Amino acid sequence: MTIPFLSVRDLTVDFDTEDGVVHAVDGLSFDVEKGTTLGIVGESGSGKSVTNLAVLGLHDPAYTKISGEIVLDGRELTTAPRRELERLRGNKVAMIFQDPLTSLSPYHSVGRQISETYRRHTGASRGEARGRAVEMLRRVGIPHPVSRVDDYPHQFSGGMRQRVMIAMALVCDPDLLIADEPTTALDVTVQAQILDLLKELQEQTGTAIILITHDLGVVANAAQEVLVMYAGRAVERGTVREVLGTPRHPYTWGLLSSMPRLRSSVDVPLVPVRGTPPSLIHVPPGCPFHPRCDYQAQAGPDLCVGDRPELSPHRGHGDACYLTPAHKREIFADQIKERL
Amino acid sequence: MSDELLEMSGLTKHFPVMGGLILKRQIAKVHAVDGIDLTVRAGESVGLVGESGCGKSTTGRLAARLLEPTAGAIRYRGQDIAHATRRELKPIRSEIQMIFQDPYSSLNPRQTVGSIIRGPMEIHDIRPPGGRDARVRELLETVGLNPEHYNRFPHEFSGGQRQRVGVARALALEPKLIIADEPVSALDVSIQAQVINLLQGLQRELGIAFLFIAHDLAVVRHFSQRVAVMYLGKIVEVADRRSLYERPRHPYTHALLSAVPDADGSARERIRLAGDVPSPIQPPSGCRFRTRCWKAQDRCATDEPPLTRLDGDLDGHLTACHFPEEPTTTGHDVILDPALQT
Ligand SMILES: Nc1ncnc2c1ncn2[C@@H]1O[C@H](COP(=O)(O)OP(=O)(O)OP(=O)(O)O)[C@@H](O)[C@H]1O
Ligand SMILES: Nc1ncnc2c1ncn2[C@@H]1O[C@H](COP(=O)(O)OP(=O)(O)OP(=O)(O)O)[C@@H](O)[C@H]1O
Ligand code: SF4
Ligand SMILES: [Mg+2]
Ligand SMILES: [Mg+2]
Repeated sequence: MTIPFLSVRDLTVDFDTEDGVVHAVDGLSFDVEKGTTLGIVGESGSGKSVTNLAVLGLHDPAYTKISGEIVLDGRELTTAPRRELERLRGNKVAMIFQDPLTSLSPYHSVGRQISETYRRHTGASRGEARGRAVEMLRRVGIPHPVSRVDDYPHQFSGGMRQRVMIAMALVCDPDLLIADEPTTALDVTVQAQILDLLKELQEQTGTAIILITHDLGVVANAAQEVLVMYAGRAVERGTVREVLGTPRHPYTWGLLSSMPRLRSSVDVPLVPVRGTPPSLIHVPPGCPFHPRCDYQAQAGPDLCVGDRPELSPHRGHGDACYLTPAHKREIFADQIKERL
Repeated sequence: MSDELLEMSGLTKHFPVMGGLILKRQIAKVHAVDGIDLTVRAGESVGLVGESGCGKSTTGRLAARLLEPTAGAIRYRGQDIAHATRRELKPIRSEIQMIFQDPYSSLNPRQTVGSIIRGPMEIHDIRPPGGRDARVRELLETVGLNPEHYNRFPHEFSGGQRQRVGVARALALEPKLIIADEPVSALDVSIQAQVINLLQGLQRELGIAFLFIAHDLAVVRHFSQRVAVMYLGKIVEVADRRSLYERPRHPYTHALLSAVPDADGSARERIRLAGDVPSPIQPPSGCRFRTRCWKAQDRCATDEPPLTRLDGDLDGHLTACHFPEEPTTTGHDVILDPALQT
């Protein structure tokens, strides 16, 4: 079996805080292959960003404890020296954040910001780097890139700034791109442009992409694989078709039934997941979802509150829930499907 | 008497753009809302959608008369309130309430939830039969909060709970119309669903009318019986939700609907709009959408298309377009993004 391009195994991220230890990520495993996109979904606070900051090596070791393995193209990152991580970031691994304004400097032209990133990692000359910046702006669809390369971020609209961010992230042809809610702040038409753009660039370069989003529609359209997170753990994993088409975990059911769709019946009420998100300091024992789950009776309440369910099977479409496969199929067919 | 609660006609709001080196003077204006007609009937929910900056919030603030219009009329239960004075507005203020997007910044962090909800009753000197405290507890229950939460502070609540506090405050005066400006946009899907269900209950059980502003087309479809689509200060299409979502006519509505990613991942007509929304300081002549429209002809630059009913459309389905699309949401791909054409 070939080794995946990015492989995360048993990742745990704990933060030391005044209130106690925050178990933000707990035993998370996933793979991403070159040329494919993994979508990570889950409610606010489920650990999506923390996971990816760990991959990028951006947590402050002073109060963060990270364990597990993060292997990128054969290299173990959790134990890599700081210098090496810095070299990787922006070069082999790049990221795009939700808010381009906070990540772009207001004091430098967009061209300068793109070309500086390029020079830092390639040692190219000023002239070369500027040419590269213009080329990148053109590739991300900024009209008249030659005349816009000296403009400042505030002279661009929100959608164009996000394009500039993408240009900057891709300037060194990274092997892995982490996009944390790249379109959340954007209008739908601009979002569609950006998702198309990412897809197109991925086809050209074979970049692996991790796309963090809370929008299952975005995942369905832009990813091949999905990881559903809850309380810092993976509760379901599989292809987009599997997870969104025949979801198996009660939390995934909850996410899907709380979302209005363009084509769902307007007479069917939304069914929100009841209760509130769990504390990550005192994580519920057993299945962390059990306080909000309606299916404990079928699964066996002793199991649900007693032991933590593992994600199984280990490959393919997996979920972490004690319901039997027959129960999952039956509940989905009888109760969940009609809500979608 | 008709059941029209709020009628806006020819409603216009221009914001001045100041400039000049020594003496600041008006050098231009932002055409935030530019002559819109829109009606909200009693008990009905009207959705207002469109992209950032198209004038949705300004319309909402005009409707609540938090802003005074530059031109046009706002009739509330037949009375023109477009330029009404504070005194004239006072009795109406309690009937029209607003809910905002950010449940945190719209609640005073130093006040308890109880006193936040009491606030409007004090301002309007309203004394409910059982007393204000009892009414607050009742309202907390209505919005699905525990009456014991009376003495808690906003920061002790989750986003969805804070939004409920905002709703309870809006309900305190028994409004007839709630203007909800992106009330669920900042919330997680599951909490969003809780708040939508809550608002839906209020509409059904208390007969409250809504002007529901959102940029999420699926949310609007779920919550509103009628939907208006705005672009650069104009309403380009308005219809019953079924008609709008199933038989849209304006190219911009087509573009918006086709851009919504659906969780079933099924293929739909793909329309990718080129470029950006033009500046509202100098909106394009004629039809404002023409600079991004694939059907634009010379006429679109010279004649502004009126908002009218097109042949074959239902009553009340109005479109402002010289060359409307076929009434369908399936068809060929139209890809207009310059980045995708290369
Ligand atoms: N530096 C930190 N110190 C302490 N706790 C933290 C820190 N960073 C994140 N957390 C906590 O870790 C949990 C996971 O946060 P994370 O940012 O990964 O959530 P998320 O899934 O990205 O959510 P969102 O959708 O809101 O972005 C949260 O409870 C958060 O409060
Ligand atoms: N007080 C103001 N002074 C000047 N311009 C304003 C003011 N309020 C709004 N505008 C401008 O009017 C236009 C419409 O703004 P509005 O807030 O109504 O848009 P919106 O549709 O609510 O957008 P969003 O989806 O981003 O909330 C924008 O160009 C905005 O910049
Ligand atoms: S393990 Fe039990 S509590 Fe957890 S999701 Fe499955 S049924 Fe619900
Ligand atoms: Mg995050
Ligand atoms: Mg607004």
